[in-house]
Amino acid sequence: MQPVTLFFITLALIGVAYALGYFRSRALAAPMGGIRHLKSLPGYYGVRAAMWCGIPALIVLVLWASFEDQIIQLLVLGSLGPEMVPKSIGEASLLMSKISNVASGALSPDSVKEPIANAAELLKTLRENSETYMTLLVLSVAVLAGFVGWYRIQPRLNAREQVESTLQWIFFACAGVAILTTVGIIFSVIFETIRFFGMVSFTEFFFGTSWSPQVALRADQVGSEGAFGMIPLFTGTLLISAIALLVAVPVGLFSAIYLSEYANKHVRSVVKPLMELLAGVPTVVYGFFAALTVAPFIADFAQTLGLNASSQSALAAGLVMGIMIIPFVSSLSDDVINAVPQTMRDGSLALGATQSETMKQVIFPAALPGIMGGILLAASRAIGETMIVVMAAGLAANLTANPLETVTTVTVQIVTLLIGDQEFDSPKTLAAFALGAMLFIVTLLLNVLALKIVRKYREQYE
Amino acid sequence: MNTMNPGISAEADARHKSDAVIPVAEEKPEDTVIEEGKTVGKAFADNPKYKLRHVDVSYGDDRAIKNISLDIGRNEVISFIGPSGCGKSTFLRCLNRMNDSIESCRITGQLLLDDEDIYASKKDVVELRARVGMVFQKPNPFPKSIYDNVAYGPKIHGLANRKAELDDIVENSLRKAGLWNEVKDRLDANATGMSGGQQQRLCIARAIAVSPEVILMDEPCSALDPIATARIEELISEMSKSYTIVIVTHSMQQAARVSHRTAYFHLGHLVEVNETNKVFTSPQHDLTESYITGRFG
Repeated sequence: MQPVTLFFITLALIGVAYALGYFRSRALAAPMGGIRHLKSLPGYYGVRAAMWCGIPALIVLVLWASFEDQIIQLLVLGSLGPEMVPKSIGEASLLMSKISNVASGALSPDSVKEPIANAAELLKTLRENSETYMTLLVLSVAVLAGFVGWYRIQPRLNAREQVESTLQWIFFACAGVAILTTVGIIFSVIFETIRFFGMVSFTEFFFGTSWSPQVALRADQVGSEGAFGMIPLFTGTLLISAIALLVAVPVGLFSAIYLSEYANKHVRSVVKPLMELLAGVPTVVYGFFAALTVAPFIADFAQTLGLNASSQSALAAGLVMGIMIIPFVSSLSDDVINAVPQTMRDGSLALGATQSETMKQVIFPAALPGIMGGILLAASRAIGETMIVVMAAGLAANLTANPLETVTTVTVQIVTLLIGDQEFDSPKTLAAFALGAMLFIVTLLLNVLALKIVRKYREQYE
Repeated sequence: MNTMNPGISAEADARHKSDAVIPVAEEKPEDTVIEEGKTVGKAFADNPKYKLRHVDVSYGDDRAIKNISLDIGRNEVISFIGPSGCGKSTFLRCLNRMNDSIESCRITGQLLLDDEDIYASKKDVVELRARVGMVFQKPNPFPKSIYDNVAYGPKIHGLANRKAELDDIVENSLRKAGLWNEVKDRLDANATGMSGGQQQRLCIARAIAVSPEVILMDEPCSALDPIATARIEELISEMSKSYTIVIVTHSMQQAARVSHRTAYFHLGHLVEVNETNKVFTSPQHDLTESYITGRFG
């Protein structure tokens, strides 16, 4: 049976266990004079039985499905006999693919040595039987454990407490998945970064002003010198992010002020969701808007002013990215402005301040830390943004502060370094991980800073 | 705004005044019928600061204030008492147009401050609020320094030309609010770090700093402990020499201690107004009597 089918059958069994547990608790309660003599409500007994049935079975299913291949490989390679045991991981996987080719019929069993043909036979039977074993194991675990859970239902059993604490563990496990994934990502980036710094020096990477990640294939190749200075990339990132923030901060902030202080209820209920829609536009759509509409417009406009603008400019990418992050600024600012107590407004208005004086001198300073938090979150979004810059900003790593020129960003370079077939032991590819690590650190710091500021703000009115 | 009924004039006012109470012999005070626009006691004064006639306030379809007429004298302390939801705070907030920001709020009748209609269409609300200060139920200092809190109003209204003048205004206001000695060494400290009583006195100093003529107080002591309350009450008595003070309070003792006249509100009606000692010793209206003797409220 396929694991998916098995999964749904287990779900059905869980439902059955719930119903059986529910009715057993009611049946036990009936002679005693009703369910109020049970320690918990019947539903809790049902859930408890369902948990007994489902949790062990699903764990077995997941473990089996994830380790099936490894176990089979171990068994197959173990059957080969001492003289043919592979010496390295690479050799083992070569051998394994040969065996599985034979097993699937792509290679004729006559063309290989006899132990391999035998191993292929073994593999075939193991694979066929594996599903049967898995089905039997999972179903019997579900039924047996479900039976135990059902059988042990007693009126004195506090099923509610057990269900609550099990739920707590399930929630904890879900939170753990997110954390473990983050840790996994960090480690995979860190190890590759360390390998990169084994090939390129720290000083070159952090202080080099030229970026051209070429690697020689032959020793005497022309232009074989690669350069891995990250400064042009980070300047490009900062330039584009700065332009984006120059757009997003005033527009976002002022619209937040309008929405929270001036707009009436109807306008607010229409405008706010519409603005938040900006965050929902796929970045690739922003990307071609930037590349096809904004960039040519800027180039033409610069031409009329007598300036020379590249058709792919930092300005185009930055402007469009600014539009994209407006909702980050406006939505968060709106929230913190609304969080400023009404009594502050009343206090200021009662002194004869106008609405704009109240906004400028009382509400805005009170909300400033929260607004800063929103801006920093928007900034880290801008720094990490990829699609718009890939499409609109270009690939040339120019070290420039002129927004009309083509620049490239850290994210764009990571994309280009990893597109296509790559060998994972050249500094060219590993550079992507080093850049990723730097980007991760920068955005992490910005996020920490933002959270700190927001938290400080929260304490003020408590 | 001015939809004053032209039929009701000075004679009508006089009639209100002389109208005797019609005691309603009911067991429960809630059953007492209140005749709209009828106020027992002494509602009017000569040369009043505020002259309020037939004021009606409604939130949407809800009538919160029902045809109230009242004079508030110069340098008088008048307190508004009554059970929760009787409209006393709403009425107070009409006096400096703080209800303006509530969209559904409609106000009709005549509200004159020094014979000027404060709800006239060309009336500058900023100027009005500079003349009529307000202190709120919960101390609401701005999250700024103590100095900046007091200097806020004078700066907005351009009351000081130089820093030294501003310093003087701040010091005088804090002195009048009885706070100067406590804070003179830490004017730069954030006001939110003060105690509740200090914050409320700071709010009073902030209101005084604009040199208003009237100060409205909306339950200024309800968030304070008895000692802080006593200090504020002392302050109110002192301030009554220079300001007209309207105070909404839930504490009848407070009304008795600080005010010259007391107005009793009930379900949006102004039931009785009289000199404070008369209200508390010989109330003329059944409802007032029930309230001050603690039969409801």
